[in-house]
Amino acid sequence: MDFNTIIQILDSSVRLMTPLLLACLAGLYSERAGVFDIGLEGKMLMAAFSAATVAALTGNVWLGLAAGIAGSLALSLVHGVASITFRGNQLISGVAINFLASGLTVLLGQKIFGLGGRTPNLSGGARFSEIRLPFADQLRDVPVIGPIYADLISGHTILVYVAFLCVPATWWLLYRTRFGLRLRAVGENPASVDTAGVSVTRLRYAAVAICGVLCGLAGAYLATGLSAGFVKEMTAGRGFIALAALIFAKWTPWGALFATFLFGLLEAIANRYPNLEIGPVTIPSMFMNALPYILTVIILAGFVGRAIPPRAGGEPYVKER
Amino acid sequence: MTAETAKTGGPAAAPQDMPPAIELRGISKAFGPVQANKDINLTVARGSIHGIIGENGAGKSTLMSILYGFYKPDSGEIRINGTPIQITDSMTAIRAGIGMVFQHFKLVRNFTVLENIILGAEDGPMLRPSLARARTRLRELAEEYELQVDPDETIDELSVGHQQRVEILKALYRQADILILDEPTGVLTPAEADHLFRILNGLRDEGKTIILITHKLREIMEITDTVSVMRRGEMVASVRTAETSPEELAELMVGRKVLLEVDKSPAQPGTPVLEVRNLRLIDDEKVERIRGISFDIRAGEIVGIAGVSGNGQTQLLELLGGFPEKGAKVSGEILMNGQSLDLSGRRSDAATRRARGIGHVPEDRQDEGLIMDFAAWENVAFGYHNTPEYSNGIWLDRKAIRTDAEGKIERFDVRPPNPDLAARNFSGGNQQKIVVAREVERNPDLLLIGQPTRGVDIGAIEFIHKRIVELRDAGKAVLLVSVELDEIMSLSDRILVMFDGMIMGERDPETTTAGELGLLMAGVTDTPAEGAA
Repeated sequence: MDFNTIIQILDSSVRLMTPLLLACLAGLYSERAGVFDIGLEGKMLMAAFSAATVAALTGNVWLGLAAGIAGSLALSLVHGVASITFRGNQLISGVAINFLASGLTVLLGQKIFGLGGRTPNLSGGARFSEIRLPFADQLRDVPVIGPIYADLISGHTILVYVAFLCVPATWWLLYRTRFGLRLRAVGENPASVDTAGVSVTRLRYAAVAICGVLCGLAGAYLATGLSAGFVKEMTAGRGFIALAALIFAKWTPWGALFATFLFGLLEAIANRYPNLEIGPVTIPSMFMNALPYILTVIILAGFVGRAIPPRAGGEPYVKER
Repeated sequence: MTAETAKTGGPAAAPQDMPPAIELRGISKAFGPVQANKDINLTVARGSIHGIIGENGAGKSTLMSILYGFYKPDSGEIRINGTPIQITDSMTAIRAGIGMVFQHFKLVRNFTVLENIILGAEDGPMLRPSLARARTRLRELAEEYELQVDPDETIDELSVGHQQRVEILKALYRQADILILDEPTGVLTPAEADHLFRILNGLRDEGKTIILITHKLREIMEITDTVSVMRRGEMVASVRTAETSPEELAELMVGRKVLLEVDKSPAQPGTPVLEVRNLRLIDDEKVERIRGISFDIRAGEIVGIAGVSGNGQTQLLELLGGFPEKGAKVSGEILMNGQSLDLSGRRSDAATRRARGIGHVPEDRQDEGLIMDFAAWENVAFGYHNTPEYSNGIWLDRKAIRTDAEGKIERFDVRPPNPDLAARNFSGGNQQKIVVAREVERNPDLLLIGQPTRGVDIGAIEFIHKRIVELRDAGKAVLLVSVELDEIMSLSDRILVMFDGMIMGERDPETTTAGELGLLMAGVTDTPAEGAA
């Protein structure tokens, strides 16, 4: 395996991990505030669909992005109303959102485009184009650093850079600001926030809304950056993988970066070597494609050390006597 | 008593024209049909320590939650420093200078002390300046009030006593002038409690007003300037601590009510059924709940345990019944019919206890005695559902259980006599009859019965008492735990008084008085009295 191949695999990993990273951070905000969200999948799907639809109809990817965020936010609001205001079961609300998104996207897609739930292929201004960072071409021939800069770092769509910037931004917000302190507190012991005179409800809605925006970015990237249009069930379990990555990351932003990179890498390797040969054994492509999901199961089964979730996670807050 | 007299100099020295720190007028609050607070009036002078005393469920915590903006009162007026104020949420309370230290601390366990202090009281959107200021302020407060805590320690690493200091610091950091402490010593060791009282005295001397909610008479006598007594949602008295006595407070707290005549002949005690030797129980918060008690119960007698609730009776009943609190460490010996009981091993569970002939009517019938959403006929079988008359080992014999349930319902006059009705839908008295029917008709050698008539109407009380006496007359042993002094006095053949996990003394109900028992319940040391059995 030469250096160029490694660069290519890593480059592919970066593209593939981006939606996972955005969704993982989305889940991080929500769960750190004490609201479990297994509806990441549904929100991404909804965002992918609305982004692709609006981009296809208007030819403007930015309008598509806005629509994607709006679609995801709308489902976030449903989750918020069900689990914060009405103190419903957060898992059930999340499952409902996944089903809703899965059915609604195909139904609306068929109604609008008549392509069996797909959107038309996006091209030109309806897609995010790759950004060439300055001096990429000039530096290409510098050994080692050249290819890393020109091929790995440069040449991604704007949402990839946004996703990576979200990591330090989330860290800063969580650990350096008042909002972050309160957000973490409300996920650990909402009563401490409430008795300090701060609204638990408002904080949790804020977290759920941020989650919605990030899922919106993730979905929009899937349909208008990574692919060129919406396909039925195109999220393919990425929302659930993001949740597994969140546990792997122990609910920290830098951990999320590492965990989603691992998943992205596995997916990239599977794409690159459909039939990986190790000595005399050929690993079938089905196995390679299943790798991210197998890793998910291993992580969820708790083989990665003790991860302590936010203590108040999953429980609606009720004032006690 | 001289210490208390000296202390009352504090509030008396306050200028006469200063309005009281807190004034409550006609506060009422109902939760559904339960009137938690009924027309409460309360005045607390500035710079004093005011105790509020009452049994569990008397409405103390509700009242304080109203003051801290957790509940909106149905009616009434609150004045802070003479100004009427609507306390709609905790923020309003904090702004009005009220700080609250809850019984269950409201701390974020994986945050540092400093983070907990500033939570909700940050100076701006960035944390650093707030943390820096809090660090300085914390140092000042620590020196001023003996409240040393390491600001960078996480709460998980701190002892309970230190966690409580963080709660007090939180309130002081928010410039509270009025500090409410809800049962603050419940989780503390005696040394920690003494330290807390020193802190509170220091705060009082600085002009802070302190409200101390407790059901421990000793604490009231030791530290408060004035005291109010609550009973069943009502404020029954407000007095100066120096002018009252533990007996008087105990009487006010427990309340005099019609002495129920229980028709019973003198006991004919036989051989010991239960022998308890040097029993100790330390709960998982390392508090010693039972401190080396020993007693016997013989066949054919009712032994009543009197005491203000929270003095170890609950732990004793749960331990005997086979479901002590998780993590509790038990030592000592208990013999049942001469054979020792497994106190902490595999055979210390409730099912084994039942098999050994111990029936149990738990204190909390809704949580421990019944499954509220299950039908009466199912509840009648619980705990005994594996016995041959109800089950063949795999399948429940529903028909047998139902027939039996119908019989019990009839014999115990449960109303409505409908075995299919969920336990939740019966009144308190009829729920209790279902539990008593289940346990008494098993004819246990020893019946444990806790608060048998709490929330039970007069007619049912009489009925339940009769059944207990009948069981005794059949030669069985009964251990009765009740906070109702009248019930203890009229039903028991012997009375043991528990205080702070110890048995303060034994009395003969024929010769003792409520006053004498009240003293023992307040922890005043036993002096051998004539007529003690």
